[in-house]
Amino acid sequence: MSMIKASSLMLTCALLMSGATSALAATEADYKTALAAAEAANKEAAGLRNQWTVTAAAIAAAKKAAETGDFDKAVASSNEAEALAKASIFQATSEKTLWKDMQIR
Amino acid sequence: MNLRTAIRLTSAAALTLAVLAFAPPQTAAADTVDPVADAKAFRKFFTDKFPKVKLEDFVNGPYSMNEDMHRQWEEKEQFPPYEFSLDMGKEMFTKPFKNGKSYEDCFPNKGIGIRQNYPYFDEKEGKVVTLELALNRCREANGEPPFSYVRDEMAALTAYMAFTSRGKPFDIKIPNDPRALEAYQKGKEYFYTRRGQLNFSCATCHVQSPGERIRAEVLAPALGILNAMPIYRSEWSGMGTTSRRFTTCNSQIRGVPLAPQDDEYRDLEYYLSYVSNGLPISGPGARP
Repeated sequence: MSMIKASSLMLTCALLMSGATSALAATEADYKTALAAAEAANKEAAGLRNQWTVTAAAIAAAKKAAETGDFDKAVASSNEAEALAKASIFQATSEKTLWKDMQIR
Repeated sequence: MNLRTAIRLTSAAALTLAVLAFAPPQTAAADTVDPVADAKAFRKFFTDKFPKVKLEDFVNGPYSMNEDMHRQWEEKEQFPPYEFSLDMGKEMFTKPFKNGKSYEDCFPNKGIGIRQNYPYFDEKEGKVVTLELALNRCREANGEPPFSYVRDEMAALTAYMAFTSRGKPFDIKIPNDPRALEAYQKGKEYFYTRRGQLNFSCATCHVQSPGERIRAEVLAPALGILNAMPIYRSEWSGMGTTSRRFTTCNSQIRGVPLAPQDDEYRDLEYYLSYVSNGLPISGPGARP
């Protein structure tokens, strides 16, 4: 019985440590980490001369949300910006060869 | 030559022929930079796609794609909306700078009838020089501040210069300089490269879909697309330079535009103008 109790306790702890953290409100530190990742990816896209306007808009939305103390929204917008920036990097990298398929011959 | 040497030479020749026979010629051709072949294929693509459109009419953009629109354009040309810009450009062009010199002093033939030669490759600088860039360089060389590349003053000046060149065929040259060929190729790459969140290239609209509508607009063919620049656009309620057109295209597909006259745009203008060689200058133009 004590074995079962111990297992249940461990499972509860594991659940709290993984899934349950997403239910907790995001902190300013979470936002700063997410924003830094987004800005780093967007900087890489700039180096490839292929930034997207929507990335800049998502970063601006993240900063605006952070100013009002809504760190959940700020983190979500930062994550969106990072995903968009990574997509623009993928586009720029793959188009280095793919553009040739489109040319008139 | 003894028999053994002769056999060796024959074997080597046979091997060389075999290698040449099995080499993939298409791959080699695809990677070769050949502007003459490009321009020929480019023109053929559009004339095959629109067999009823006269070659010189491609410079009229969307108006060449649709009979009704063509009639509207002919009526519009009776009182062209770019006229005010043309008058402004003429006045600006002839007015001396503070140092007494004028634009006339910066250009061959005093700037009259030379639009068809821009952009050109400057072998000293190793870069493409567009007409807009040359105009601002002229201003700066004479102690005047440069104009914005996307605003009315630049549009007015280029409108006047285009007007004095109307009917003259585009005559863009690629000098025997590997840097010029590289600029041309980079312009071509830019034209076909997809960008922005919408994943469009210039070719998506102007090669794959000319004559089709994108919302209320009829897309212009890429052949002759720069011959009408600058343009009055009803959508903008004003004039637009080539720089304005390029940057706006980029933002419309949700890409962050580069700075006007960045190398990429200069190379793009070089490529697009070259493949329209032989088609007449028709600027300033009017577009919906």
